[in-house]
Amino acid sequence: MDIQTLKDQARQVRRDIITMTAKAGAGHPGGSLSCTDVLVALYFDVMNVDPKDEKNPNRDRFVLSKGHAAPALYGTLCERGYFGREEFDGFRQLHGILQGHPDVKKCPGVDASTGSLGQGISIAVGMALGAKHTGNPCHVYTIIGDGESQEGLVWEASMAAAHYKLDNLTVILDHNGMQIDGTNDEVMSLGDIKAKAVAFGYDVIEVEDGNDMQQVLDALHTPACPGKPRYILLNTLKGKGVSFMEGQVGWHGKAPNAEQAEQALKELEG
Amino acid sequence: MEKKAVRVAYGEALCKLGETNDKVVVLDADLAAATMTGGFKKQFPNRFYDCGIAEADMVDMAAGMSTMGLIPFCSTFAVFAGRSYDQIRNGVCYPKFNVKFGFSHAGITLGEDGGSHQAIEDIALMRVLPNMTVFVPSDANECYQCVEAAAKIDGPVFIRTSRLPSPVYDPQPFEVGKGVVLKEGKDGVLFTCGIMKEHAIEAVDILAGQGIDLSLVNFHTIKPFDEALAREFAAKYKKVFTLEEHSVIGGLGDTVASAIIGHGVESFHKIGILDVFGQSGKPADLLKEYGLTGPQIAENIKSHL
Repeated sequence: MDIQTLKDQARQVRRDIITMTAKAGAGHPGGSLSCTDVLVALYFDVMNVDPKDEKNPNRDRFVLSKGHAAPALYGTLCERGYFGREEFDGFRQLHGILQGHPDVKKCPGVDASTGSLGQGISIAVGMALGAKHTGNPCHVYTIIGDGESQEGLVWEASMAAAHYKLDNLTVILDHNGMQIDGTNDEVMSLGDIKAKAVAFGYDVIEVEDGNDMQQVLDALHTPACPGKPRYILLNTLKGKGVSFMEGQVGWHGKAPNAEQAEQALKELEG
Repeated sequence: MEKKAVRVAYGEALCKLGETNDKVVVLDADLAAATMTGGFKKQFPNRFYDCGIAEADMVDMAAGMSTMGLIPFCSTFAVFAGRSYDQIRNGVCYPKFNVKFGFSHAGITLGEDGGSHQAIEDIALMRVLPNMTVFVPSDANECYQCVEAAAKIDGPVFIRTSRLPSPVYDPQPFEVGKGVVLKEGKDGVLFTCGIMKEHAIEAVDILAGQGIDLSLVNFHTIKPFDEALAREFAAKYKKVFTLEEHSVIGGLGDTVASAIIGHGVESFHKIGILDVFGQSGKPADLLKEYGLTGPQIAENIKSHL
């Protein structure tokens, strides 16, 4: 897909994120906006998925390990054709398919229920291992957060991914540097996260600007390294695309009010 | 009477299951020699995955594998149901993934390793989770039946097994969610589960010798629970006792209590671990220390009649 179309899709998904969170009066816009570009790249250019055949056993799998970025996933799935935009009205509402965190039983296109941090990557490792076991040609992608990387389970799963030589697995770090209570360094420093990923046995690609569509595509299309799981370190900007949210810790888990939403949508016009 | 640890039967049952169902894979967290999944590992090396000493990761890996059409059985010590609880809850039960948990070394009869390793809370933790089926097999034969049934259930199943060799009784007809009546007697009813069955039988025999005629019912399934049978016996025999190798908080006793409340019971008394942790010791000494031998149970029941 041509890059301008992908950029336009990303802008639309960002608009969806604002619309959804503003309407619900809740949600996590900051960390959704930071991983929007890679989600769009995955669903529109990289992954072998088809909303008309959403249960195809050989489809590529995606797990949003940082499940609180659900608005970004929902926007992407909607634009990709898994459900209509009217579902946005039910985001975080009673009987809605778009639960506060992704629910495999309720939302079409979701492969795992996530939100309890650390678990998604471990489930993705199991999927990749299960795919190898059954001879399924699919590739498994998961997006983890940097705050999430403070969970021990992330590293247990990473150890297993390397041990079982899961070259059908791509772990994507949305490294926006911030979490609920402050920057990563204020809350719990990650240290040299790239060196850690290398040490755990990943084939690591660092993307200087993880919100640059071309750079993201180049990383995602890099051929797998046989016998090693892939780790893509995306340096991203929290709140990307909305001036007053960019680089602001406060927009981790706060919805824009009507006025703020209007301004954000204006900024996100084509 | 032949004795065999329920965990040994679990290992044998997995091997048998592996022969007929190629979707079954087994995961362990460096305890294959103890949980008895080692037999499966030997027989089906390509279907056995060691997860290292990382129980939480084992559970979520099993969750992921189940989405590829596999039927993963995870095994570790029952005490680590607590350590991997969030994974069992959110990774498996919430999405109702098809993962089985064969957790061994439950209860104080684990013995010498001590209170840090003796799970007295696992039944309570597991039965409160929506979508979960909870089996507590009482002997080797019942364990074979539980494992076979678990593979046929589409969803999470917890199987609690024991380390201590215990008597192997003749197999009884097995139906998921149905209690097994071992004896009917008019003076009251004793409900039990797991390897306490041996001690329940002894207690009931002792009381019979003293002219007290108790009913005895064994429950291999704690969830879904056979509330109808519990109610029927409670209403009929009025004096109700429960016996389990588990805390009296949240286990079989409380399961029975919530089923029978308001159904004409005259008295209700729970026998089990009285809200304390265990300690090191030989299993037989521990059973005595916590009042769970046949004669002690008989005495306890008698004092409440």
